[in-house]
Amino acid sequence: MVNDGTFYFDEKLVNMREQQGPLATTSSVVRGLTAFSSVITESLNLTGDKILGIAKFFLGIGIPGDTKNFFDQVDSLACLENNRVSIPLILSLPSTVISLTKKDSLKVKVNTVLGSHAPPLTVTLVRAFSSSARDNSIIENQELKFDPQDAVYFLDDLPASFDVGEYIFVFKMLVQDSEQQTVYATGTLTQVPIYVTGLIKIENAKIAVLDSDLGSVETQKKLDLAGESTVSVSANHLQKLRLSFQMSTPLGNAFKPHQAFLRLRHETKVEHTFVVGSSGKKFEITLDFLGLVEKFFYLSGRYDIQLTVGDAVMENSLLRDIGYVELDLPEPPENASRPPPQPVDPYTRYGPKAEITHIFRAPEKRPPQELSLAFLVLTILPLFGFIIGLLRLGVNLKNFPTSAVPATFAVIFHLGIAAVLLLYVLFWLKLDLFTTLKTLCFLGVFLMVVGHRTLSHLASASAKLKSA
Amino acid sequence: MARSTGKDAQALFHSLRSAYAATPTTLKIIDLYVGFAVFTALIQVVYMAIVGSFPFNSFLSGVLSCVGTAVLAVCLRIQVNKDNKEFKDLPPERAFADFVLCNLVLHLVIMNFLG
Repeated sequence: MVNDGTFYFDEKLVNMREQQGPLATTSSVVRGLTAFSSVITESLNLTGDKILGIAKFFLGIGIPGDTKNFFDQVDSLACLENNRVSIPLILSLPSTVISLTKKDSLKVKVNTVLGSHAPPLTVTLVRAFSSSARDNSIIENQELKFDPQDAVYFLDDLPASFDVGEYIFVFKMLVQDSEQQTVYATGTLTQVPIYVTGLIKIENAKIAVLDSDLGSVETQKKLDLAGESTVSVSANHLQKLRLSFQMSTPLGNAFKPHQAFLRLRHETKVEHTFVVGSSGKKFEITLDFLGLVEKFFYLSGRYDIQLTVGDAVMENSLLRDIGYVELDLPEPPENASRPPPQPVDPYTRYGPKAEITHIFRAPEKRPPQELSLAFLVLTILPLFGFIIGLLRLGVNLKNFPTSAVPATFAVIFHLGIAAVLLLYVLFWLKLDLFTTLKTLCFLGVFLMVVGHRTLSHLASASAKLKSA
Repeated sequence: MARSTGKDAQALFHSLRSAYAATPTTLKIIDLYVGFAVFTALIQVVYMAIVGSFPFNSFLSGVLSCVGTAVLAVCLRIQVNKDNKEFKDLPPERAFADFVLCNLVLHLVIMNFLG
């Protein structure tokens, strides 16, 4: 038996291969029990609590993952629906939240395990107490009325002393027909947690900037927390910021919400969160900037103020930007801690980066083309001067050999030199060094042979002249 | 004193001219060649002075080709000159062949450096 009212069987670990979980074990027990009870004539001595516990176990496990477990669950519930021992009746609430503003009424349904109608019952709300004050029960022994159209039992008006908060309601069911009381298993008491929600009054909200030493109010502005308006204040590090407001339940009692935070967010997205303290109905937080200068990383500028007040039973929870404060903090000293780096938007970090355009080296200033051409002409001029000078000197071409073989050699010699020079020009224009050198080898060898022939011929001719 | 130096310079110049006329033609040709090469080099330097030395390697190769070929011509002149006792046994054709070969090598290097 487990504490939440469920009851199940589990198997001892006898054989690892054939192990079944509690679901399979309990369902086989149920099948056997209901099959057995349907064939015997006497009734089995079994308390209704146990049957109800088994029914709650099957209903409480949700929807099992695999098909065999699901079959076991549904099959067992079908066996329990109409068995001869006792049929369990389940009490459920369509909604466990009652709103005071909408004036909801408490509704309760009673069905069999597979959802069929139950016989006429008397459903009584035995006790209702706040979960924080269990001894003090607000309602006692209130019978619920039956609505035959929706087949629900309801309680019309909750007493006026019901404030917002968490409550526990305790129900009891009784079959009206006394003969059928053994046929159905209703259990003893059922506990259900209920939330009663309502609008919380927030009033007297104000924000003030105080002078630190004297505590005198420098600026004070009223806040309209229900509306959309924002305020703006400014402060320096010698002052304090105080935010205060009052909260009360619809019945006028003090209310402590689950969350009451004040958050200051800087332009650079650095945030600081503070808890708003309370005493009774009054909520107040004072930020002493003198002590917070280091916590704020010495960042001056505009801070957005965001107030968060929320609770499960508060229908008007708020999370609102109520304005901004211009904060003037001193300069950070050398060893001040830097604010933590804020998370970067991942799309900007991994997205395409700015395009880099290559800036080519600015080309050197070249002279104008006409000037270059003029100097080209000027440079060629000395060559002509040379040739003219040669002519004036009366250079003789007489020694040019006239007979056939030496003449050819002489001509080929001059042609060879011209060819080498032409090769050099080609080399400058488009050839590379390797091809040039290769060609030069051949030409050079050729030229040397021819040149040797020519010059030796010339030398012998002049030697003959000398000797003669 | 200045007048006498002026007159001396003129006399010196005249004697130089008359002596030069006696040199053989071959040597005069070589001298002319040297003058032509140097003059070309000068023109290149003037050009560089005007427009700046942007492709410096080109400028160098141009000037060095002129200067190199002038130097080789001077060497040829020394070797060919009959009054030169050192190179008496060297046939002038051999010297000329050396001149041609060295020029070809020089111009290969120059063309490579020209860019």
